[in-house]
Amino acid sequence: MGRKMAEDGILIKFVNVEKTYQIGEIEVPALRAINLIIHKGEYVAIMGPSGSGKSTMMNLIGCLDTVSTGEYWLAGENVSELTDNELAHIRNRRIGFVFQTFNLLPRANAFRNVELPLIYAGVGPGIRKERAIEALKNVGLGDRINHKPAELSGGQRQRVAIARALINNPSLILADEPTGNLDSATGEEILQIFDKLHSAGNTMVVVTHEESVAGRAARVIRLFDGQVVSDTYNHVHAQTTME
Amino acid sequence: MKAFILDVFEAAKIAGRALRSNKIRSFLATLGIVIGVMTVVLMITIIAGLNMSFQRQLAAIGSGTLYVDRYPWIFDDDFFSYRNRPRISMKEYLAISRYCTKAKAVTPYSDTMRPVGFKSEVLSGVYIVGTTDAYLETSDVMPEVGRFISATDANANRDVVVIGTTVAEKLFKERNPIGQMVRISGHEFRVIGVLEKQGTMFGQSLDSQAIIPLGSLMKYFGRHRDVTIIVKAADPKQLDELKDELTGVLRRVRKLGPADKDNFAINEQGQLMSMYTQLTSGVYSAGIIIGGISLLVGGIGIMNIMLVSVTERTQEIGIRKALGAKKSQIMRQFLIESALICLIGGTIGVGLAWGGGKIINQWLPAVMPISVAIASTMFAALVGIFFGIFPAAKAARLDPIVALRKE
Ligand SMILES: Nc1ncnc2c1ncn2[C@@H]1O[C@H](COP(=O)(O)OP(=O)(O)O)[C@@H](O)[C@H]1O
Ligand SMILES: [Mg+2]
Repeated sequence: MGRKMAEDGILIKFVNVEKTYQIGEIEVPALRAINLIIHKGEYVAIMGPSGSGKSTMMNLIGCLDTVSTGEYWLAGENVSELTDNELAHIRNRRIGFVFQTFNLLPRANAFRNVELPLIYAGVGPGIRKERAIEALKNVGLGDRINHKPAELSGGQRQRVAIARALINNPSLILADEPTGNLDSATGEEILQIFDKLHSAGNTMVVVTHEESVAGRAARVIRLFDGQVVSDTYNHVHAQTTME
Repeated sequence: MKAFILDVFEAAKIAGRALRSNKIRSFLATLGIVIGVMTVVLMITIIAGLNMSFQRQLAAIGSGTLYVDRYPWIFDDDFFSYRNRPRISMKEYLAISRYCTKAKAVTPYSDTMRPVGFKSEVLSGVYIVGTTDAYLETSDVMPEVGRFISATDANANRDVVVIGTTVAEKLFKERNPIGQMVRISGHEFRVIGVLEKQGTMFGQSLDSQAIIPLGSLMKYFGRHRDVTIIVKAADPKQLDELKDELTGVLRRVRKLGPADKDNFAINEQGQLMSMYTQLTSGVYSAGIIIGGISLLVGGIGIMNIMLVSVTERTQEIGIRKALGAKKSQIMRQFLIESALICLIGGTIGVGLAWGGGKIINQWLPAVMPISVAIASTMFAALVGIFFGIFPAAKAARLDPIVALRKE
């Protein structure tokens, strides 16, 4: 099979993906025989009990990790064949990450955190400043630019993380339990931002425990023990299961 | 290229922020480098100072001049092999001045230490130099006022004296010494000139001297004394030829057979130079070894600190990688951080060496060459890069997933 495989509208394609972690002598299967297609512009929630492989799947989608066997195609490219630098480039330009624990640099203020992806994109300081402040304003933190993470509330921190995830205008937004560490009112604010991003045409993949969060998505994929056990469309769509 | 410069610039800024947020550790990390650079630069500062003053002093001996002596300046054999040598006397001097064709000027020289008095003033420990009028040509002396010993003074063994500035100042204060009578160990001499100020050579004042005709020196202070014959080459480039000629003349006048070894020495400035170089090269190597060891220790210290820093900042590295930092960019960040620590340490070290040089300069000549200052700071930065490679590579190799999972 070639490296490029153009298929209209398909952003993410898993073909018999397995992911096994090696802990000393023991092999821990985290994902087993996953076949999955996500189209551009979809809003997908991934659910499942703790340890079912949700984060592992997110890390694979986000090119932070590579499959053990099988193939992962992202926008027509076979990710297993990409070099480290190409993976870094994809993470930088095409993917925006939002984590449960925010993953902000504790010693850097909001502005410095948000400009990070631009540094690695080779953008000069003047434009960086402009765009970082713009991005912070867009998430309602125009007055918190010089605050360090410790001086911000949980919701504000997650909004800094979202501003950072969006700064390079990625087309794919990945969020691993983005509201897990937030109270429900603050979580709601974050979900509203996600709704807007989805309306703007971004592809959203959100890992969550909460049915209320999953309810915002058009499609819910449920994992159990490293396997997809259901793949359903909310509202108008009928239930389908991936073969 | 522009992107690379930007990258380096960004990395330097990140590194600067990291260092500022951990000042005490950065300071401790850099201590070894500070000491290493300081040692090396201070050592070189002192040696450079000594070199400069030594060369200045050596110039006074004259590079185109040979000194015929009983003993070599630097013994290259044990003392007993020189023990039975006959003195150099006027006989050798006369032979050389008669037969030597490659000499421009030849003068005998002998000295003794005596008190010199004028009226109630007495200055002890004055070098009394006995020589001839040709001394003006073979040596670096000039009368400032009055005149030097003339050929007639020398041939007639007149009791005239040319005094150094120290002698003039101590005995005569403001008065004019010319024409006055001084006592050298009780013998009366008439002052005919005062020498230009000469300073010191190898720690001895050259101005506390008095020059009289060699005949007068022998007349009053003993005939059986060592004489040095100073021979100035007609052509300074033909010093070796002059040496051969002198050897021939001396062997003949001493009636040495073909199997006999030379029983005299022909000394020259170069000998002192080579001894000096030998001496300082020892000090040099000691300095470089000490400095090298402290830089090595300092470098290992930097490596340790950087390894701790990488471990502590695992999560930061994970975040940076998740956001698109390439391996090379992470590598660069930590290399620059470690180079920066060492650059700062090197600069502090140079600063301390500069201050130390200023203090030492009160006793010993010390000059800090600017090129050495720059080179050692740069070298410190190189040490930082070298010892930063391992920690930086460790940081660059971190798996982003593993790094992110670490809290
Ligand atoms: N880096 C890792 N090393 C070893 N085992 C891992 C690693 N990451 C995840 N696992 C294991 O893989 C399985 C799936 O984990 P994960 O994807 O984090 O689950 P979830 O996010 O659904 O809670 C679990 O059994 C977990 O212990
Ligand atoms: Mg998880």
